[in-house]
Amino acid sequence: MNIWTAIAVTAVGCYAVKLAGLLVPVGALERPLVKRMAALLPVALLAALTAQQTFADGRTLVLDAKAAGLAAAAVALLLRAPFLLVIAAAVLVTAGVRAMAG
Amino acid sequence: MVRDALGVGVAVGLSGFAFGVTSAGSGLTVLQTCALSLLAFTGASQFALVGALAGGGSPLTASVGAVFLSMRNAFYGLRLSQLLALPRAVRPLAAHFVIDETTAVSLAQSGRRAVRIGFAVTGISLYLLWNLTTLLGALGAEAIGDTDTWGLDAAGPAVFLALLAPMVRTATERAVAAIAVLLGLGLLSVLPQGVPVLAAALAVPMVLYGVGRKASAPEADGPKPHSTDGTTSNSTQGKDR
Repeated sequence: MNIWTAIAVTAVGCYAVKLAGLLVPVGALERPLVKRMAALLPVALLAALTAQQTFADGRTLVLDAKAAGLAAAAVALLLRAPFLLVIAAAVLVTAGVRAMAG
Repeated sequence: MVRDALGVGVAVGLSGFAFGVTSAGSGLTVLQTCALSLLAFTGASQFALVGALAGGGSPLTASVGAVFLSMRNAFYGLRLSQLLALPRAVRPLAAHFVIDETTAVSLAQSGRRAVRIGFAVTGISLYLLWNLTTLLGALGAEAIGDTDTWGLDAAGPAVFLALLAPMVRTATERAVAAIAVLLGLGLLSVLPQGVPVLAAALAVPMVLYGVGRKASAPEADGPKPHSTDGTTSNSTQGKDR
């Protein structure tokens, strides 16, 4: 039951957050500074998420095979590979490095 | 463009498989795992929740952390509501699909029609695949064993990196990304889970303040022909600073 509570709170909370963004009055965004900030926010959040999911295990920093996988994805992106290939490169290189490391 | 949207949808949907396996491995039932994908539908938060529950966190702390992590979706909504210009009645439905990937695809389009198509195609294909693969992952969890062996834990960050790449073209955007990484990693051990990502958003005012200070010199990152931040289709945006 505890897990169901967590699922319910998460589902309701996440939906409310999403809806709030769509319902904020347009007038609040008319200022150029606000617009610039709103445009740059996804950059900051995605960068932080990428770094955390690659280099963090819970609350500690780690350097493991995922770093090699992400490097492969970065190379694929620089070579303008399609999206699927970028993800495949990350997964395959990560699995490969782990296999070799035993 | 529709192919781009489908590509993103398919690729990210597949990482739902990784979520299904991880969630089942964290002790959630198949029903609980699927409920989460159907109702929460925001990948990073879902991973955060099952991770926190598996780590012995209380249900409340775990879900607050997950909701914190989803705060960025509100900022995405701010951008999207301008670009999509949806009627009020449609917004509660559209809200469910306001996530990283739909935002990235929508912002990469120019023109309201293309933005709307990109949002809808990405949102629907991603939702279907995310939930289908969540189910398959949860069912196949025992069969596949340790997902990390297969490198599936690298799929999530690779998706984020691929979404981020077209957004960091100017010096300002790169500076924001770099500082956000430093904040996100540096504050990890200091702040509760989920909060460092929010703190990383502070990179934006920090960089804009820096840019403002040297604003007397012409800034190199004015409006671009193929801006991914969606400003091209917005005639009120421009040399207004």
